[in-house]
Amino acid sequence: MNRAKLILLQFAVGLGFLLIWHILTAYPIFAPTRQTQFFFSTPTDVLARVWKEFSSGEIWGHLWITLVETVLAFVFGACGGILFGFLFARRELLAAVFDPYIKAANALPRVVLAPIFALWFGLGIWSKVALGFTLVFFIVFFNVYQGVREVSPVVLANARMLGMNERQLLRHVYWPAALTWMFSSLHTSVGFALVGAVVGEYLGSSAGLGYKIHEAESVFDVTGVFAGMVILSIFVILIDALVTLVERRLLVWRPAPSTNGQG
Amino acid sequence: MLNASAGLLKPSDGEVEIFGSPLAGLNARAGYLFQQDALMPWKTALQNVAVALEPKGVSRAEAELKAREWLRRVGLAAFVDRYPHMLSGGQRKRVALAQMLIRDPEILLMDEPFGPLDAQTRQIMGNLLLDLWAANRKAVLFVTHDLEEAIALADRVVVMSAGPAARIIGEFPVMLPRPRDIAEVRLEPSFHHIHKEIWASLRTEVQKAYAQGEGASA
Repeated sequence: MNRAKLILLQFAVGLGFLLIWHILTAYPIFAPTRQTQFFFSTPTDVLARVWKEFSSGEIWGHLWITLVETVLAFVFGACGGILFGFLFARRELLAAVFDPYIKAANALPRVVLAPIFALWFGLGIWSKVALGFTLVFFIVFFNVYQGVREVSPVVLANARMLGMNERQLLRHVYWPAALTWMFSSLHTSVGFALVGAVVGEYLGSSAGLGYKIHEAESVFDVTGVFAGMVILSIFVILIDALVTLVERRLLVWRPAPSTNGQG
Repeated sequence: MLNASAGLLKPSDGEVEIFGSPLAGLNARAGYLFQQDALMPWKTALQNVAVALEPKGVSRAEAELKAREWLRRVGLAAFVDRYPHMLSGGQRKRVALAQMLIRDPEILLMDEPFGPLDAQTRQIMGNLLLDLWAANRKAVLFVTHDLEEAIALADRVVVMSAGPAARIIGEFPVMLPRPRDIAEVRLEPSFHHIHKEIWASLRTEVQKAYAQGEGASA
């Protein structure tokens, strides 16, 4: 499929959705318009609100806060995950001993941690960073752990036959292998960093996108909630595009998905 | 047997001696060409070959220079910046060959290196190996299932029994003159003579292996 056609179709889906939303809220089909507009707002109102938020400049500060939280949560979570992933993959005993605790910690719903973090780190950005960290850490940890453990034994044996010592093996074999796995989960982990930030803000803060949405919800301002969600979506798409760009640069050696490098 | 010679595997019984001294740990004097793809997929052909010199403490610039030279020798001068997945099976094998030879090991261990390749590529690789070997004669231990390949390349063919617990059941000197060409050497009468002789001892083992549903070693 060519690119122009794809973009056209993607555009059509969005437009169709907005059109249905508009028709259902502008005309009394299932219920009086007063009612439907209270519960669902209208696309024009939401878009107008989004425009107002951006043009008045009020949203930029909130976006910045959320971005900072997301980036910090991702950086700390990824560093911790890489460090412990390597350590556990290279030290069998450590991995075996801590296995049940790691599983237990990972299975914990992070939302219950939010109030604790707010208590520990205050209502500023650090409690949100901590929440994002707990999400990102485990994704990166498990991927790096897997990546290091599943290095092709032939590639490893070959590198050892080339005379590489442990440090060189780490640099030329384990590290790139782990990085591949980490990047395959990059979209997920960046997404979770953002989730951590927004949920943290939602549950208690005085700034950020999550705070904006919560504020609108608490006064039944449906238009405000939807506007916040739209802004959040735009934000997510932009971050995701950035991640794709980074990924393409760093994983140039990987075969295109259609060919699996065998032949 | 190759893994034991390489030091990747400890022999279950006995000892490995390399040029008269017992082997402890990895065999630093040997190069190993694996049957499977063993190149680092995240490095280009050039980086894959150059990195082989890093453990020897060669500077990066010098290593790259030598790597280019070796890639040219195996006929891949135009492919230095390709990643392994962009190369064909035969080209990947040639990169692996350059990677092994750039370290100038005293012993070359080869585990059915050309097994996964098609017949033509195999012949080209065989000739390439003969040429490279002729320039700088090293001890080569080459394991193959292909009897013709074994005769065409080797000075000595050692036949092993069907596994498990395979042992040596015969040893045949190959008196064919060098330099050889893989395609032409097969047409010589003495080639057929040796082939017949070795096949006679190999045959029962192959049949045994078929009965067990396993592969035989030649």
